[in-house]
Amino acid sequence: MLWNALLLALRAIRRNVLRSFLTVLGIVIGVGSVIIMVNLGNAATASVTAQIASLGSNMLIVRPGQRRGPGSNEEGAALTLADAEAIRREVPGLAAVAPTANKSMTAVFGNSNWSTTVTGTDNAYRTVRDWALVSGRDFTPGELAGGRAVCIIGDTVRRELIGPGDPIGVRIRLKNIACEVIGLLEPKGQSSMGQDQDDAVLVPLRMFWRRVAGNQDVGAIQLSARDGVATTKVQAQTERLMRERRRIKDGADDDFHVFDMRQITNTLTNTTRSLTGLLGAVAAVSLLVGGIGIMNIMLVSVTERTREIGIRLAIGALGHEVLLQFLVEAVVLAALGGVAGIALALGVSWLASDLMGMPFLVDWGIVLIAFLFSAAVGVVFGYFPARRAARLEPIEALRHE
Amino acid sequence: MSAEPVIALSNIRKEYGRGEAQVNALDGIDLSVAPGEFVMLMGPSGSGKSTCMNLLGCLDTPSSGSYRFRGVEVGSLDREQQALLRRHYIGFVFQGFNLLSRTSALENVELPLLYRGTPKAERRARSLAALEQVGLAERADHTPAELSGGQQQRVAIARAMVTEPSLLLADEPTGNLDSARSEEIMQLLTRLNAEQGLTIVMVTHEPDIARYAHRLVHFRDGRIEEAA
Repeated sequence: MLWNALLLALRAIRRNVLRSFLTVLGIVIGVGSVIIMVNLGNAATASVTAQIASLGSNMLIVRPGQRRGPGSNEEGAALTLADAEAIRREVPGLAAVAPTANKSMTAVFGNSNWSTTVTGTDNAYRTVRDWALVSGRDFTPGELAGGRAVCIIGDTVRRELIGPGDPIGVRIRLKNIACEVIGLLEPKGQSSMGQDQDDAVLVPLRMFWRRVAGNQDVGAIQLSARDGVATTKVQAQTERLMRERRRIKDGADDDFHVFDMRQITNTLTNTTRSLTGLLGAVAAVSLLVGGIGIMNIMLVSVTERTREIGIRLAIGALGHEVLLQFLVEAVVLAALGGVAGIALALGVSWLASDLMGMPFLVDWGIVLIAFLFSAAVGVVFGYFPARRAARLEPIEALRHE
Repeated sequence: MSAEPVIALSNIRKEYGRGEAQVNALDGIDLSVAPGEFVMLMGPSGSGKSTCMNLLGCLDTPSSGSYRFRGVEVGSLDREQQALLRRHYIGFVFQGFNLLSRTSALENVELPLLYRGTPKAERRARSLAALEQVGLAERADHTPAELSGGQQQRVAIARAMVTEPSLLLADEPTGNLDSARSEEIMQLLTRLNAEQGLTIVMVTHEPDIARYAHRLVHFRDGRIEEAA
């Protein structure tokens, strides 16, 4: 009997190609849009999270001065190398501590010049930033202690200044300082704030002090906590230590700031998460619209179908046979639309994430929910008018206008 | 199967509406039709002949009275059993044809056999034979929209005949056709009645058509006037 119902349902679908197509289309759009929106939202979140991770999510930065609302930036005395050493010694749970000082400078090689940021630091910097070398080596203790004119360059600087090929051993000039390239950093891409992280030149801190800055200030101390150590705890301990070292009286405000990158991470993650929520809401509306489309088509065809039911009953169909046929018809259309919608959505999400350089993620929960919702709309609105018609006296159904 | 009447109506009433607005479409009908008879129900519109026809086909239920079909009290059957009765014993021809649109003549004729669970090969052969009988074998693939009114009515007759029913109910089958087409349809029905002993009850209001009947039953105001 099920076989018969399937045969009858397939004949009915074929008989009304346009109606069947529109029903399927409604489901395709409903299912497809939800899945695409949610997948893209998730992919955006994942790619932002990945960018943040490239920055080092367990990283803290100590800077002098305190921000007091927009525009006003209260100056504080510069940090010193001794501060960095004290932090390294006294704050537990740290993986690395890197004192840094930087300045915007023009780098020159041959006929090319490139404006970049020169950072004076030590080898701990690469550990804090989780930044690998593609080729070359770190600074030697001798180079660090002697403030030798050597540098490690980022990928953007290599591309803009030297071009393709291995830059190791090449001499570039930073303003008027001839400087040998000893290392090339791995490309990191843009930071989550839109800065090009690869536009960087690292030099020994003492070389920076003597030849660039002319003082012994440390602009910022960058720290990274060991895995599993709470950055909030590190932040609190660093603050306490710095207050002590800078002799800030109880009750007085800090004249420095310990910045926890995880806070940025959380902010950005929350932002993208609400973006995903927004996309999901838009998608839910699409699903609803798709559902209403299906409903419309089903209800518009009720008159025709009611007469059809009357004919079938008159020539000897049993009520439940007619209903089974309509149910099978609705299920076949819903399944067809659902599968097509899922296929379309996966195709589009894949293409979009490829074009936008985002990871291709599929939320199977959403796929299931979208499919079930559209299928339910299709089945409910295909089935219930049919049930009402099948309960009429056959002559009523035949006369239905 | 003895000479027991195919149809035996006794004191059948059918009322529409309630209270003041109540209309007695059928006001106590007694009617008996023997196997092999060709009976025509006649009368002005609103006289109850079509209502009576729908009751005979179990398409509608009477308000009161007894309807025995081949000795079985129809009132005691539930909807499904009434549907089975239609499926196995009754063929319908409607004034408005009532073919499934966008469906080929062959598939329309096959439909009752599909519900009977007839195997595919037999279904096809019998449907083609029925179409052959009404002279439309070469139009088997045409949809109703591609057929003339007379051809559509012949497809409807083929659909009614394909199950070899014991009773054919025809509600003004020639009502939408010109006189030449009507003549064709009537000759077809007469032949089926004469050759296969098919019992036919037919509604008409055209006196020309009435001459084909063995017996005329006149309706007026929900009652049977005379039986000639």
